[in-house]
Amino acid sequence: MTHTEVALRVRGLRKRYGALTAVDGIDLDVRRGEVFALLGPNGAGKTTIVEICEGYRSRDGGEVSVLGADPARADRGGRGARLWRSRIGIVLQSGTESGELTVREIVRHYASSYPRHRDPDEVLAAVGLTGKAGARLRHLSGGQRRRLDVALGVVGRPELLFLDEPTTGFDPEARRQFWELISGLSHGGTTIMLTTHYLDEAEVLADRVAVIAAGRVRAEGTPAELGGRDVATATVSWQAEDGRHSTRTDTPSAVVAELSRRFGGEVPGLTVSRPTLEDTYLQLIGSHPGATRNGVHR
Amino acid sequence: MTAISPAQHRNGVNSPGNLPSVASLGLSSSILELKAFFRNRERVAFTFALPVVLQLIFGMIFHGKVAGTNVPYREYFTTGIIAVGIVTTTFANLGTGVALERHDGTLKRLAGTPMPKVAYFIGKAVSGLVVSVLETAILLGTGVALLGLSVPHSAGRWLTFAWLFVLAVVVCSLAGVALSGVARSAQSAPVVFQFPYLILSFISGVYFVFGSLPKAIQDVAAVFPLKWLCQGLRSVFLPDSFARAEPAHSWQHGEIALVLGLWAVASLVICVRTFRWQGRDQAR
Repeated sequence: MTHTEVALRVRGLRKRYGALTAVDGIDLDVRRGEVFALLGPNGAGKTTIVEICEGYRSRDGGEVSVLGADPARADRGGRGARLWRSRIGIVLQSGTESGELTVREIVRHYASSYPRHRDPDEVLAAVGLTGKAGARLRHLSGGQRRRLDVALGVVGRPELLFLDEPTTGFDPEARRQFWELISGLSHGGTTIMLTTHYLDEAEVLADRVAVIAAGRVRAEGTPAELGGRDVATATVSWQAEDGRHSTRTDTPSAVVAELSRRFGGEVPGLTVSRPTLEDTYLQLIGSHPGATRNGVHR
Repeated sequence: MTAISPAQHRNGVNSPGNLPSVASLGLSSSILELKAFFRNRERVAFTFALPVVLQLIFGMIFHGKVAGTNVPYREYFTTGIIAVGIVTTTFANLGTGVALERHDGTLKRLAGTPMPKVAYFIGKAVSGLVVSVLETAILLGTGVALLGLSVPHSAGRWLTFAWLFVLAVVVCSLAGVALSGVARSAQSAPVVFQFPYLILSFISGVYFVFGSLPKAIQDVAAVFPLKWLCQGLRSVFLPDSFARAEPAHSWQHGEIALVLGLWAVASLVICVRTFRWQGRDQAR
């Protein structure tokens, strides 16, 4: 990959908090235009990684390049840092100012600091806050504040958008709408790096996923091939006269063809399944339900 | 939700563009700060009312003249209340505001945008200045109308008032921002400011005639800026004969400028070295 194809590059990233190693040697590449998800349980180190990339935290080791610049220098202010900041958008995990300003005023104010920002009213429409544009911030519900966070993150027309657990606390419908918004941004060419602990979110949104646990990358790939689940042993099961049968096989198509011959056409109750993303994920982060049942976990 | 415009601006070309100027962003921050302040009616009412109510209560309770002088006590403490007004609107109000914005994530978000940090401070400074000018005007108004205070007649006294006021706003604002870092949570912010503000107002000659305070208290108060601000305001509004009642038997303008100046520099250094854009509860 050449320099211009990579929006974000991390090599050997390390971060310690006292005795705790939060990030323990991480490599990541986020290509331009893709949606990249960091998936992992709470405390896995996702937020630490993202906040180092955003220039909010220092690192103890490794290299980080975000849009060609080292975020550790973004803190120094000055024109270069401001230009770099104008090319990234950040939606933090928590915190929106409250108070007496209106939604439109705060979005306009933030927009004014970017050189080529989006139209604030267009952004409010995109996050579904048009009806609340004149409302004071303290009158917004939790979900509306979160949408405002997103509006403030994208109003600067960022090339790279960071979203840290963006849909935590959303109801199912709000999540769907949010996913559409993110897909829309992605189709418009925005590179997106998001963290989530929702598997369905990663599966719907992400082109590529890295599973993080205890500060390390456990697996990386597209949601479909994560952890080798596209080539994992399949289970074929069917209904026979004496009950339900199933067999585990690496060649499910051959098994189905054989069954089809045996039944002379349709196989009753036929299912072919591979491990779900959830199975794979739980295995990767080392808390598979099987382990719990055997008393290994906890 | 509706569609959103693409990341590429036009023809897929991303020109770096021109960053908006610090001055224009500082201006828009100032307007926003003032809007946010004046829309919060409780905050406006109580900020302005506290010194005025204190002024009126003391005016009703105390009569007579400051011992050994011709100056009515009401005029004496009205000058002190003006100092308290400046401290409330800048040090306490502004400092608490910064502490709250640090803990609710406003500052962290700001630090993640191309908004220049200076623009934020310009906004805070301008709103502190506007609010303290209004507060001072109100206190002067009630002082003149109800408590017999007279407005200075000479240009020299207005000039003293001008530099003293500006220096006081600068010192108190910077000290407020510097102290905001002590508050470890949003909840503790108001008490962090109340403590120095209340103690200093009792030992600096606001309510009690400074010259009549025990020497030890006078010495402690002389380390802090409020004593010097009060003394300076007395030199603006009280007759020159009152200078004899001051511990140094003079107005000490040079010393006032020196102490306030040192506090301004020290507070600025603390601000620059310790200012954090994230609360400790956020930056784990």
